[in-house]
Amino acid sequence: MELIQAIIASIIVAATPLAFAAIGEVVAEKSGVLNLGVEGMMIVGALAGFATTFETGSPALGVLVAAAAGTTAALAFGFLTQILLANQVATGLALTLFCLGLTALAGHAYSGQATPPLQPIPIPLLSEIPVLGPALFAHDALVYLAVALALAAGWFLRSTRAGLILRAIGENPDAAHAIGYPVVLARLMALAFGGALAGIGGAYLFLVQTPHWVENMTSGRGWIALAIVVFAGWRPERALLGAYLFGGVSVIQLHMQAFGIDIDAQYLSMAPYLATIVVLALISHDKTRQRMNAPAALGRPFFQSS
Amino acid sequence: MQRKALKLAALGLAAALIGGPALADGKTKVGFVYVGPVGDHGWSYEHDQSRLAVEAEFGDKVETTYVEKVSEGPDAERVIQQLARSGHDLIFTTSFGFMNPTLKVAKQFPKVKFEHATGFKRAPNLATYSARFYEGRTVIGLIAGKMTKTNTVGYIASFPIPEVVRGINAAYLAAKSVNPDVKFKVIWVSTWFDPGKEADAAKALIDQGADVLMQHTDSPAAMQVAEERGIYAFGQASDMKRFGPNAQLTSIVDNWAPYYIARVKAVMDGTWESTDTWDGIKPGMVGIAPLSDKLPADVKALAQQAIDDIVAGTRHSFTGPINKQDGSPWLKAGETASDGDLASMNFYVEGVEGALPK
Amino acid sequence: MIRLEPRPTASTAMIYIAPAAAILLSMAAGMGLFWALGEDPVRGIGMVFIEPLTDWFYISEISVKGTPLLLIAIGLSFGFRAGIWNIGAEGQFTVGALAGGATALALYDMEGLWVLPLMALASIAAGMAWAAIPAFLRTRLNTNEILVTLMLTYVATHILSILVHGPLKDPTGFNFPESRLFHDAATVPVLFEGARAHVGLLAAFLVVAVAWLTLRYHVFGFQMKVTGQAPRAARFAGFVQPRAVWACLLISGGLAGFAGMLEAAGPVGQLVPAIPVGYGFTAIIVAFLGRLQPLGILFASFVMALTYIGGEAAQIDMNLPNAITGVFQGMFLFLLLGIDVLTRYRVRRIPRRPAPSAALRGA
Repeated sequence: MELIQAIIASIIVAATPLAFAAIGEVVAEKSGVLNLGVEGMMIVGALAGFATTFETGSPALGVLVAAAAGTTAALAFGFLTQILLANQVATGLALTLFCLGLTALAGHAYSGQATPPLQPIPIPLLSEIPVLGPALFAHDALVYLAVALALAAGWFLRSTRAGLILRAIGENPDAAHAIGYPVVLARLMALAFGGALAGIGGAYLFLVQTPHWVENMTSGRGWIALAIVVFAGWRPERALLGAYLFGGVSVIQLHMQAFGIDIDAQYLSMAPYLATIVVLALISHDKTRQRMNAPAALGRPFFQSS
Repeated sequence: MQRKALKLAALGLAAALIGGPALADGKTKVGFVYVGPVGDHGWSYEHDQSRLAVEAEFGDKVETTYVEKVSEGPDAERVIQQLARSGHDLIFTTSFGFMNPTLKVAKQFPKVKFEHATGFKRAPNLATYSARFYEGRTVIGLIAGKMTKTNTVGYIASFPIPEVVRGINAAYLAAKSVNPDVKFKVIWVSTWFDPGKEADAAKALIDQGADVLMQHTDSPAAMQVAEERGIYAFGQASDMKRFGPNAQLTSIVDNWAPYYIARVKAVMDGTWESTDTWDGIKPGMVGIAPLSDKLPADVKALAQQAIDDIVAGTRHSFTGPINKQDGSPWLKAGETASDGDLASMNFYVEGVEGALPK
Repeated sequence: MIRLEPRPTASTAMIYIAPAAAILLSMAAGMGLFWALGEDPVRGIGMVFIEPLTDWFYISEISVKGTPLLLIAIGLSFGFRAGIWNIGAEGQFTVGALAGGATALALYDMEGLWVLPLMALASIAAGMAWAAIPAFLRTRLNTNEILVTLMLTYVATHILSILVHGPLKDPTGFNFPESRLFHDAATVPVLFEGARAHVGLLAAFLVVAVAWLTLRYHVFGFQMKVTGQAPRAARFAGFVQPRAVWACLLISGGLAGFAGMLEAAGPVGQLVPAIPVGYGFTAIIVAFLGRLQPLGILFASFVMALTYIGGEAAQIDMNLPNAITGVFQGMFLFLLLGIDVLTRYRVRRIPRRPAPSAALRGA
């Protein structure tokens, strides 16, 4: 039982950075913008947060600066794609390349340094439930924040007027503009939110997983987050579950090895990517679902003609 | 100071690029190619520490250059060639994957001396060197066998190459000799340096009952996890005590400095020859960091005795009778493993659980 | 106030000015970066962009780096014109290297001029097969090809690693994860003795020529061109013809696979886990920097290869982290995409109107 409890706890830790990035990207994509720069926004968040935490000793400040850094990167993307109408796919890729290079360069001085880890905050009463308590309710604040944000973002998109407007913009920006909604501003705000969450997701890596700065430490998590968005059918709560699922695969493959189950580690490492392809194929096959949830204008430039 | 030295080296290099190779100022130029960042606090870090030791030893008489994070693909050959072209007299390439690129460049630059770590291809101007890390693994295996209360030792392994397999076998045999109930749990992470993955593997091992961790990967991530979880661990490549002041029992320290200094000296004296060096604890290439105060006196004495015996040549890590994992005999009683067997080891010894990845 | 107005046709002048401006601005920004790092900005830029051009060794190495970029980018450009986003050329490159290399190892010690062409065919077929997966999913199930091609890149890297650790391992290699060195008949011949520039460069030039002719004279090129020149019209149609999807993905996959074989059998000479070093991703930048035009891509791949070699020289000579290469490459594309707005739109000053929608536009 203790082992199961420990495995669940590790899965949640492995999943939380993915959850942040994916929830943020759901909101951004709901506004009709496809930002492939998630990996880049995560890595700038990780470095900015690490540097801040290292210099000030405050993880909380590190999280804030990480969010700000992610937002800055997202707004650079927003400026290019929404104001200068650049191609979204290419800009997102450029953002990732640029951020990976820049952080490797700027972070050189911090390699090999360590920061204090984020302390867990057990929730009173709940954390005392046997097995499930320590597995689910004895985490750091960011784990709870990710859950809260998933619920809040879901509620925002479904039940608020602003959420409705955002979705309308993602479906048909021209119509939304004709009605008088501020398309570009709303998209920039959605992007900024996505950037902030990606930044926090990046910061989580050094705050909880391993207290180091290492260049390229996001190692592909931003791309997994993008896959989770599709996997989750553009629903924030499902993105959270998707993140737990992906985190689960990566943790369980390590445990299977330690159990001595005779499967080559390389095959296990490959599994999440194959699973994503299968899921992508399955959900896109279901045309009605796809049409209902995928923002119709995703990735298309919006030009204000009048 | 390091930067200053490098700037000097850079100036020299620029001059060499313009004026052709071989500087006339009589300095010996030594180049180093690293696979990782010098800040990995493991493999590349120790090579760089030894480079600094070369500078300290010879002062004005040498100039050193290093290139870090060189991928073991098509770029390695160009980097080595650039060093050779820019007037370096001696070039150390410090990862297995540099073997064929080093050999190719060595053929093109017969006057330049090359040294490749951990490989097996040599040429008149290409020597190889490696360390008998398995001797250190014997020492930490003994300590681990004594210190584990759960009888479970966690082992984070990189790739199933002979060096890593040898380490697992040596550590297991030593642990087993003092604790017949000991079990090794091995996780292959398929990387030399990925702190996130190494930390995740460490956590998984601890969750499955390991209370002593060993690693054959280069970052101190596992040491930090051990410190956090309040268990013991052994450092890899360098003394990692500052990452786990309570957790580190000792560390296998790579010490290339004596070798590098001797080889640079040989180039200066004109006595350099292509050799195949495989040194262990005795010549000091494999060091054992100070034993932790957490160790009881008898364990300390046991470890020290093992070190002394290895130095004296009375203890070999692989002394028969030893069977292979499938039960087939490998070494007869009293027989010790040949270097050839060790160099190509691709099997677990009897008692290690799990299958070796193919 | 200032507003953008679409041009009826893309500005011809800006098509050429924008990439040049992007490169010059990147160099200016790069000088700022060197200055911030405490290095001499002029020397730094010189080291990255000028120094490598003064030496035949570097020029040969630029061609080694440029050949795969050129081949992959030409392939990608067809799809990008039509809005088909294959961003997994890295994976197709990897399986191409693997298939070509496996062929070489299977024919170990076979002599004959037919060995290399066979390896080339195997690599092209493997690259195409890898790209056929997203093509099938996109045309049959409407699955987004961006994510599928990307995920398949990771899968390809793992397969290479599994095979190099296993069946393709050098039998006399002490269990190290490398294949044997390919024998001479399975090695891409070099152009000049003592340099690594290889005949793959000539093949790449040939591909550029074919692509140029196709775009100019063939109906397929014409279709792609229409799509490229009137992207909005094409997008309003809402879908891309399945045949175009198949054609674009197979062309890009095949060329990327071929590039992978040239790399494995050329500068590397064996299969190692580190064969994919990011050409597939960099080629995306090359394709854009080259305006998706064959001749532009030729120039862009040269510039991009230069930044690799120059960045490495800066690392050795100035002890700068080689991440500087990534910064330059990201910057090129960023600036190009930003400046590009002027090729499709013109900036107009218009008198301020008191209408409420004007305030919106300002936002």
